[in-house]
Amino acid sequence: MLYAILCYHDEDFVGSWTKEQDAAVMKKLAVVQDKLTKQGRLGPVARLLPTTSAATLRKDDPPVVLDGPYAETKEQLLGFYLVDCKNLDEALDVARDLGAANPGGAYEIRPVGMFAPGSTVT
Amino acid sequence: MTDTAWIDAALTSARPQAVGALLRYFRNLDTAEEAFQNACLRALKSWPQHGPPRDPAGWLIMVGRNVAIDDIRRNRKQQPLPDDDQSISDLDDAEDAIAERLDGSHYRDDILRLLFICCHPDLPATQQIALALRIVSGLTVKQIARAFLVSEAAMEQRITRAKARVAEANVPFETPGAVERSERLTAVTAMIYLIFNEGYSASGDTAEIRAPLCEEAIRLARLLLRLFQSEPEIMGLMALLLLQHARADARFDAEGALILLDDQDRSRWNQKMIAEGLALIDKAMRHRRSGPYQVQAAIAALHARAEKPEDTDWKQIDLLYGALELMQPSPVVTLNRAVAVSKVRGPEVALEMIAPLAPRLSSYFHFFGVRGAFLMQLGRNDEARVAFDRAIALANTSAEAAHIRMHLDRLMRDSQPRDTKISKK
Repeated sequence: MLYAILCYHDEDFVGSWTKEQDAAVMKKLAVVQDKLTKQGRLGPVARLLPTTSAATLRKDDPPVVLDGPYAETKEQLLGFYLVDCKNLDEALDVARDLGAANPGGAYEIRPVGMFAPGSTVT
Repeated sequence: MTDTAWIDAALTSARPQAVGALLRYFRNLDTAEEAFQNACLRALKSWPQHGPPRDPAGWLIMVGRNVAIDDIRRNRKQQPLPDDDQSISDLDDAEDAIAERLDGSHYRDDILRLLFICCHPDLPATQQIALALRIVSGLTVKQIARAFLVSEAAMEQRITRAKARVAEANVPFETPGAVERSERLTAVTAMIYLIFNEGYSASGDTAEIRAPLCEEAIRLARLLLRLFQSEPEIMGLMALLLLQHARADARFDAEGALILLDDQDRSRWNQKMIAEGLALIDKAMRHRRSGPYQVQAAIAALHARAEKPEDTDWKQIDLLYGALELMQPSPVVTLNRAVAVSKVRGPEVALEMIAPLAPRLSSYFHFFGVRGAFLMQLGRNDEARVAFDRAIALANTSAEAAHIRMHLDRLMRDSQPRDTKISKK
């Protein structure tokens, strides 16, 4: 089953990392990703730009565009992984590995109901 | 990440909110700072053992406040009442309740007040910037001194003076009204732009030392935008800073000489920053409330969007500078517009356009650099040489002078056989 691992973290905290600290975290995460890629289990991965660049469309009638992310939370959605896992335990193992490489914040693990790979964008 | 690294990051990111709240509480900058420092010391002891609190800022405010109150009591040599005696070990349990009470209600205005205090109109720009970097960003005096290329003692003195002035200034602590809030925002955005320019205008051997100022300004702008998510001018400021800073790696050659936009290796522009900058302009434009930062960001965006220099939409840039001239009339803006005009309508028109600026820009390096370049394009080499000589005399940095000398060298080479080369443009 395909699982989405949604990454939540305090973006002020992540934003206060130095370039070197940021690069070090990304390097550690890449090790986990490489392992999953070799096992053929890793789907799309995204790191989102800060929530200050977000806009939200509220589907009222007519729809309203709001500045900022959908939810004002202490920790923000900063990215996601799609990973093929047999069950929740396996997905949690992946999340633990990712968490060891990038401590703090939280991962929300959600099974994917429908997945369309779409065209390959770069 | 090591314990100390993540604690540092957590303390840095919590700082504006925590110091802002402590300032509202104690109404004294020194007390607020000291309370924050004390809270940080306790965090360094407590967090590695107990893990980070869910709300680091709330924790720091609470601890800072209690420690400071204890200190005040001790100084008054009063016996603490037993039921008031809250020792630090109780704080972890109290944390959740406190975090609830400390929630967002004051958060925005606390941080805005903290920023606004730093850019009090009584303070000269250099003191404003130093104070903001010390108080809001939490850079050490040593780091700030280094960025400003002055001694630590001199910077210490500058900050102390600024603090004294601010203490006399009596900034009100009530929640500001809409008009006052908007005035504060304008002052704060201007101060953030000043910090950025301190870093951005550096060149040569000092560029690397001063670059952190640009990053700090971006961090402050981001902080402000998160507090005021729907302010198009803050989006514009943030976009402007990102789009300019995206070019940082391409702006200097190995010797530290400035590389002009046209000659930069555009593959070295930071695409992530450009993407964020463009996204912010898109958002700002939807508000249809234009302003100087948005216009300048839009100009920077046109440069960022051009894959090659010849793809640059100079016509649009000319129009945008025209809009900026109306919003913020200044000879420097007109001078910048003239560069766009020279690309669209030729150097002769541009030269005419800047002629009236001469009296007001008679000691401005760029005026003579630009004038020399137009004259050179027109093949009026003798006049160009005079302008370039004047520019070198007015250069602020060795990189600026070196850049003009390059033009002069080219003139020398070109004029060796003859002195009357006519530009085809």
